Amino acid sequence: MGLGSDMYRQQILDHYKNPRNYGQLEDPTFTHIGENPMCGDEIRMDVELENDEETIERVAFSGDGCAISQAAASMLSTELRGKTLEELQAMDRDDIIDMLGVDISPMRVKCAVLAEKVAQDGAAIYQGDLDVEKTTTED
Amino acid sequence: MSQRNLEPLDVASIREEFPILQREFDGQQVVYLDNAATTQTPDPVVDAMSDYYRESNANIHRGIHHLSQEASRLYEEAHDRVAEFIGADGREEVIFTKNTTEGENLVAYAWGLNELGPGDRVVLTEMEHHASLVTWQQIAKQTGADIEYIRVDADGRLDMDHARDLIDDDTAIVSAVHVSNTLGTVNPVSELTDLAHEHDALSFIDGAQAVPNRPVDVAAIDADFYAFSGHKMAGPTGIGVLYGKQDLLEEMEPYLYGGGMIRKVTFEDSTWGDLPWKFEPGTPQIAEAVGLDAAIDWLEEIGMDRIESHEQELARYAYEQLAAEGDVEIYGPEPGPERGGLVSFNLEGVHAHDLTSILNDHTIAVRAGDHCTQPLHDKLGVAASTRASFYVYNTREEIDKLVAALDDARQLFA
Repeated sequence: MGLGSDMYRQQILDHYKNPRNYGQLEDPTFTHIGENPMCGDEIRMDVELENDEETIERVAFSGDGCAISQAAASMLSTELRGKTLEELQAMDRDDIIDMLGVDISPMRVKCAVLAEKVAQDGAAIYQGDLDVEKTTTED
Repeated sequence: MSQRNLEPLDVASIREEFPILQREFDGQQVVYLDNAATTQTPDPVVDAMSDYYRESNANIHRGIHHLSQEASRLYEEAHDRVAEFIGADGREEVIFTKNTTEGENLVAYAWGLNELGPGDRVVLTEMEHHASLVTWQQIAKQTGADIEYIRVDADGRLDMDHARDLIDDDTAIVSAVHVSNTLGTVNPVSELTDLAHEHDALSFIDGAQAVPNRPVDVAAIDADFYAFSGHKMAGPTGIGVLYGKQDLLEEMEPYLYGGGMIRKVTFEDSTWGDLPWKFEPGTPQIAEAVGLDAAIDWLEEIGMDRIESHEQELARYAYEQLAAEGDVEIYGPEPGPERGGLVSFNLEGVHAHDLTSILNDHTIAVRAGDHCTQPLHDKLGVAASTRASFYVYNTREEIDKLVAALDDARQLFA
């Protein structure tokens, strides 16, 4: 079978059907939203930092879209706990694809990286390095 | 008028002219249902273009040598062939563009930018392709003209009462798709054109999804402009057609400038050549014009009436099979003469992009997304849909494969 069938392995479907950390935090340190306009995927990421203001204590996400975008957001929300903002900014698309554990067909990569981009942009805005209202991933 | 020939197509022998349809991925033969995006190209069209490069290639116009004369003749005659095919008066009314979108832009810039101003109205439909919607939106912003959209009703048809309300004496142009690339709706373009003309407005018809699969007569529609693309009608990419009424084209200033479109040039000024060359500056798509000419021969040999009837039958079959599934939502009108050969749908609980990836596991090629009609999808209340679109070489068996593959998606996402 081709790339596509690999894309829907059990782990991805499990995160899609039973998303972890789905919802919104009561007192997030920062919140950011993003969308993939071509697919209509939308993600909101809430991040709460520890007192050191750089270690991620808690993450929640909400939104809707295709299985790849939502599963990636769910997995990332788990993955980010305990990471520093610096470690978050150092992540790239290969890290997300490794995390998903499947080959992502070229046209779907932007679905996979949406949550990561939203978290990174949210952190950059919080640190004063970026000024955007909303993150968009284009193809 | 001759009797309509509706004899069923010999699909098996048609398919022999498309080696690409025999391609396999992971041991499965491709099921190509993405024809509204682009159609496959039959051998005679590929041969015509390769023969041109092997035997006749030269630059056109004003070449004195044999090859240039031959290339010029082939290029010019392709205009005549298109004119005859769509019922235009002659080559003067047929401008070769690179695609439908360029045809929209040509009229928007060459006519719209000069003629529109505050208080003028541009009337589009809610089912316009971005090719027209985005183009007129920008021209309206630059000129101060207003844009209004004819509503699409719950059945996916244009609300013609609304059209009669919107098209008034302030209306300068009405631009509408002949067949919707998302809903499949066949619009009453003659009626829209008549409405425009009653108010001294022009009509622009986007025929990208119409010319490939039904007889089109621009004179019968009385459209002022009509545009379509070669690659959606068994022809090559890189060539499209803008039809325009000769008197309008004569009044319009060129949109692109350069060589090949001029009569006389001094350091101070230039004058323009005859139609249609005035709108075709620079070295044009000569091989593609030869390919388009061959594609028209190929289509007419089959017969446009038969192609229309084949597509209607496939659309009906696909619609009925999908509708019978119960968890499939279909957009656009019921099958019949008012629906072209495509079906856009969503499977409950599965995002269109996920479904399309899963169909690709079965080597079924369909398209997912907004099909360049984002505002229409907003109105339908969905982010995306999956679209299966048919052409002369498609069969009921291929539609059966599509419907059967939905089970995979259901199982994965249950």
